[in-house]
Amino acid sequence: MERKEKNMSVQLNYKEGVLTAKLSGEIDHHSAREMREAIDDAAQKLKPYCLRLDFTEVPFMDSSGVGLILGRVRLCGFWRGRVVLCGLSPSLGKMVELAGISSVAAIERRAG
Amino acid sequence: MRPINQAQISFSSHSVNEGFGRAAVAAFLAQLDPTVADLSDMRTAVSEAVTNAIVHGYREQMGTVYITVKIFEDGKAVVRVRDKGCGIPDVKQAMEPLFTTGGEERAGLGFAVMQSFCDSVRVSSTPGRGTSVTLVKRFEPKT
Repeated sequence: MERKEKNMSVQLNYKEGVLTAKLSGEIDHHSAREMREAIDDAAQKLKPYCLRLDFTEVPFMDSSGVGLILGRVRLCGFWRGRVVLCGLSPSLGKMVELAGISSVAAIERRAG
Repeated sequence: MRPINQAQISFSSHSVNEGFGRAAVAAFLAQLDPTVADLSDMRTAVSEAVTNAIVHGYREQMGTVYITVKIFEDGKAVVRVRDKGCGIPDVKQAMEPLFTTGGEERAGLGFAVMQSFCDSVRVSSTPGRGTSVTLVKRFEPKT
């Protein structure tokens, strides 16, 4: 566990133009705010060509998660960056599909 | 038909309680022996309704969110989420996908999600008095 990381619901890693945000915990209107702030702080500084949102450790997400994703797609659009989603469980996949997110962000299927 | 069991839950409209509301409903519904997918759907729908009550109903004040859960012999669950907040002037418009008054970080999908994840959704609202959202879903027992 990284003690230095203040915000434990988002772990950020930047490598060669790709910013990966590993999200953990349930995503709702309450928790989405601090996730958004953590991601945007880093993304606005680094302007990655690819923002990878990793949902492997997210057991639950309501439509606030859709707002979180679409807001980041919009943000990265300012420097023509793209957003990739990975690690979606079946229930998160259902939400993402309902919202039609595949038209604005790439979705990597879960390995295995 | 009379419910075979019911529960009432109420809590302050702090956003941190969104997780408590959906978890409490899911814990009560566990006695129907639901599938993981069905329970996840209801948890999501409840989260949308509770969030609406907190973000929209009590937008300018603190209040109390009331949830009643009823379960019936045939596996049907009825969850009613109620607030005594500002109410919705035009329910039909509020239920249209992508309509939102919540700013650009709100997707405007709350009611669409409730409708898609439940069998039926009823909304009644009186401006100045509050809003009541009734979610109905039948849980097929795992066999």
